[in-house]
Amino acid sequence: MSDTNTGSTPPDDDLPQPVVRKSKLGFSLIWLVPIVAALVGISLLVNHVMSAGPQIKVSFLTAEGIEAGKTQVKYKNVVIGKVTTMRLSKDRTHITVMIDLDKEARAFATKGTRYWVVRPRIGASGVSGIDTLLSGAFIGADAGNSDEEQSDFTGLETPPAVTHGAPGRRFVLHAGDLGSLDIGSPVYYRRIQVGRIVSYELDKDGKGVSLQLFIDGPNDRFVSKDSRFWNASGVDVSLGADGLKMNTQSLATVIAGGVAFQDPPGPHEAVPAPEMAEFTLFNDQTTALAPPDGKPRYIRMRFEHSLRGLATDAPVEFLGVKVGRVVSVNLDYDPSTQSFPVVVGALVYPQRLGQAHEKLAKAVGGDDDTLFPRIMSGLVARGLRAQARTGNLLTGQLYIALDFDPKAKKVSFDAQAKPVEIPTTPGDFDHLQEQISSIVDKVEKIPFDSIGRNLDGSLKELHGTLKQVNGDLLPEAKKTLQGVNQTVGTANDALSENSPLQQNIANTLEELQRTVRSVRAFTDYLGRHPEALLRGRGADAPPKIATPSTKQGKEEQP
Amino acid sequence: MSTPPRAIDLGMMACHVCRQVTAYTEDRHAHCPRCGNTLHARKHASVSRAWALLVAAAIFYIPANVFPIMRTQSISSKDDNTILSGILELWRAGSPGLAVIVFTASIIVPVLKFLIMGFLLVTVQRSSGMVARQRARLYRFVELVGYWSMLDVFVVAILSALVHFKILSRVEPLPGVVYFGIVVVLTMLSAMSFDPRLIWDNRKSQ
Repeated sequence: MSDTNTGSTPPDDDLPQPVVRKSKLGFSLIWLVPIVAALVGISLLVNHVMSAGPQIKVSFLTAEGIEAGKTQVKYKNVVIGKVTTMRLSKDRTHITVMIDLDKEARAFATKGTRYWVVRPRIGASGVSGIDTLLSGAFIGADAGNSDEEQSDFTGLETPPAVTHGAPGRRFVLHAGDLGSLDIGSPVYYRRIQVGRIVSYELDKDGKGVSLQLFIDGPNDRFVSKDSRFWNASGVDVSLGADGLKMNTQSLATVIAGGVAFQDPPGPHEAVPAPEMAEFTLFNDQTTALAPPDGKPRYIRMRFEHSLRGLATDAPVEFLGVKVGRVVSVNLDYDPSTQSFPVVVGALVYPQRLGQAHEKLAKAVGGDDDTLFPRIMSGLVARGLRAQARTGNLLTGQLYIALDFDPKAKKVSFDAQAKPVEIPTTPGDFDHLQEQISSIVDKVEKIPFDSIGRNLDGSLKELHGTLKQVNGDLLPEAKKTLQGVNQTVGTANDALSENSPLQQNIANTLEELQRTVRSVRAFTDYLGRHPEALLRGRGADAPPKIATPSTKQGKEEQP
Repeated sequence: MSTPPRAIDLGMMACHVCRQVTAYTEDRHAHCPRCGNTLHARKHASVSRAWALLVAAAIFYIPANVFPIMRTQSISSKDDNTILSGILELWRAGSPGLAVIVFTASIIVPVLKFLIMGFLLVTVQRSSGMVARQRARLYRFVELVGYWSMLDVFVVAILSALVHFKILSRVEPLPGVVYFGIVVVLTMLSAMSFDPRLIWDNRKSQ
């Protein structure tokens, strides 16, 4: 207050004196502002340097959908980096994308990491990346296992079917061809999709296709060492005793194809198969679940007649059981007989005979290699013959039947020969033909001409004879017949009811009847008293009975 | 050409608030006897304060330009824009007028302020007597134009408040805009802490 007072009452011409008050702050803090600014700036810089991750180069075939400075790199939909620049390779075959990865994503700059562009894809097996339709493409990443650093990558053109570290196992399938399968085709177990096909490639020798499939955990445990895989593509239509059946895994497999697997029925090894275990891809469920065929054996058959209608893959049946299939039908030339025999090669699976094969093997014994020829030699000795039979009368398709022919001639069988050659007999149809031709031959041998000529002469003679008969014999016969007629009339008269002959006969018969009756009485008496023959009629004849006297009288009569 | 005498020369100084004229004193802790406000013939440590704030503003100007200031998100795209890329985008998108305005407000004005303030401070420190009037005019220009640089910050603030349609489109502010705001505030403070009277002082003391 006093300060203000002194200030408010200035002396004349004198300006008021300012009040002196100590400031609380001893020094200017203004320089803290740029210091703080500098610190902030430095910290930003340090932060930027620290957070900068590795820079990598990825090459793609096309830059479709990729934008420099915008396209993000995502792993599990988390942004781990960004495309900074993009340029064409010198040979103009591909593009190279530079990617700045985040610091946390250092693990993605290692060997084995895969990059691909996620774009909307519409395929038979489904639609993917639909969200990128609106948001634009991004680069997907999948880290590998390795710790080895790498900065140059080759991007995948299609997203990998299996991401790294996904639970499950990979298996390898061997198939004759790819069929309608493709990467991403589903794998079914009891009609539930449990996996998909990851990749496929031609075998090195080009004789087949190897498919790699991935079964997601935990269903991968259902793949056992004995599991059978089959191609579930398409529709399986079968006509059985219970009507028409249509079978398919799912509508998707009809279009896109798929693979199904299952354990075979009956006892089998239920141990889960190890990673990358190899399996065979069967064409259908029936063949897949059939008991194992074992090692195929090659047999050869030489037919002396035409085998029109025998195609490769025609069945080979042993007593009606399909044991194999024809693999080759070739023509041969035999200079000694100047004939063209047909050589048929076939694969047979002895194990398809099941118990029979086991018992035969036990009976024959010995090592596995020579087992089959020895079994065959035994069977051939008992009359086993190959025969081309008609399987279908309409199409004339033939099949090879191995059957026992008891009437077959003995042939020598070489058990050492490779391949085993099975003796043949002509087919049943050929047999029929042969028989018919022999009949025709015989018929041809009949001298129809001379027979005809002879017959002609005979007929002429017959004609003459008949004329004679007509001229001479018939009038005579007429007369004879008239005589006969007369005789019959007389006989008729004699035999008429009132004729004397008839009456006499009746009387005679009556008389005879009586005689017979008395004879019977006599024999009765003799039966009772045989001594009467010697002694005559006993005096002790029973006197009581008066009536028998008539009997006795009758007995006396004859 | 004779110049009118300064208040210091007459042994006087005025209070900045109530304009009370008091006797001149060198004491930094002097207060106005009427309103109690601190008294000083010239703003205290004017040059060093202006320098400090200007330097700080210049430092912050770097992240303000490097970092994106705004994220525009729509269904099909997500764009992070720095000040410059935003201007380029506007230009390319067919609104060159808007691009020019934003460019003026965000690039030209701050840079001009740095240059003018730097020039004023250097000339004051060097006690240069040249073009004192023009320099005073420049100072007035800096003060006048200072807050217009906030245009960018306001645009971002308004857009991110208005454009908020969930998935359809969205505008989000990004850290760059904070640095830019700091730059604008610091340059304004720098201009405020500069005492234009110094322009004539030094010439006199020469």
